[in-house]
Amino acid sequence: MNKVQNNRAWFLILPVFVLVAFSAIIPLMAVVNYSVQDSFGGGVWIFVGTEWFESVLADERLHDALGRQLLFSGLVLAIQIPLGVMIALTLPTRGWLVPLCLIVLALPLLVPFNVVGTIWQLFARVDIGLLGHTLADLGIEFNYTDDPLHAWITVVLMDVWHWTPLVVLLCYSGLRAIPPAFYQAARIDGASRYATFRYIELPKLRGVLTIAVLLRFMDSFMIFTEPFVVTGGGPGNATNFLSIVLTNWAIERRDLGPAAAFSIIYFLIVLLICWMFYTAITRIGQADKR
Amino acid sequence: MTWLHDSFGWMAWTWVTGGFFLTIVGLLSLMTIWELAQPTTERRGFLPITTTRGDRFFIGLLSAAFIHLAWLGLTDGAIVWALAIAAAWMATLLRYG
Repeated sequence: MNKVQNNRAWFLILPVFVLVAFSAIIPLMAVVNYSVQDSFGGGVWIFVGTEWFESVLADERLHDALGRQLLFSGLVLAIQIPLGVMIALTLPTRGWLVPLCLIVLALPLLVPFNVVGTIWQLFARVDIGLLGHTLADLGIEFNYTDDPLHAWITVVLMDVWHWTPLVVLLCYSGLRAIPPAFYQAARIDGASRYATFRYIELPKLRGVLTIAVLLRFMDSFMIFTEPFVVTGGGPGNATNFLSIVLTNWAIERRDLGPAAAFSIIYFLIVLLICWMFYTAITRIGQADKR
Repeated sequence: MTWLHDSFGWMAWTWVTGGFFLTIVGLLSLMTIWELAQPTTERRGFLPITTTRGDRFFIGLLSAAFIHLAWLGLTDGAIVWALAIAAAWMATLLRYG
């Protein structure tokens, strides 16, 4: 029997397509247009070809900022994903503790980005902050405004505090969706706790982990507000991430051409890494099924 | 034309970028027609993953962007050579990828 292929369902995504066109595609097209021109204000544009791309690609400050950004994203993913899975595994599965734990865990997610920055700016201060003051009492001189390592520790800790709950909630929902029969089968086979995690829970978490890794990578790679509020990119350029440099070019210096060329390169890097993550995780899933 | 200018003038269009987007739209339309005429099947070529025709086209477009960036960053040659390399890579990818 021949299966009739009906593609009319595609029309159902038209409203979403129109929304995405206005919110993403049209602005992106404008950025491409800006990236090949020099702006003199008042709607005067001069075509400069690939000049901005060449200057941006040769800019040492951007190479350094890209390195810092990759290191930051790598660090937060390496901490948040295993930590999120571990916390989700230790959460209660029934009783009144479940809603209590979930609400407490979700609290950092409800705090606006700039407030998170302010909280950590105060929290880490040596004179009035709980963290800075406690460390000073223990004999550790913690000063995130002077020491690049301390600034990095503060920014990474802040991101872990803010976003690990998202990974926990996603993993917890994934774990709750595993039918009890799988655990019963594992017990009958005498599987260890590690074997149950490796061969039952981890494969079943693949879908939510894909979403968690993609969301956390994209968010951390484009992070702006929190480090901007806490360190302002300092000390020196120690926490000057890509988005902070980009904002400086586009908003403060009004260099629209170079900022647009920079944005396109930034976008392509995000697209490439997301595609690699997505392909790797979904292909591992297909390999497991075979 | 006045309406077009009033609505989209802020986007600072140039003939080059207009041509670029029309080419992308044209290629996507051609791929759609090809798909309707001859639906794709997943297969494995020289790439280490199984891909559909659309996957290979996406990989081709993304790598074309990076080929152009690498050309601009590493050489002083004319950009048209990067375009030629990207087109040859896209054709190879669609046929043997």
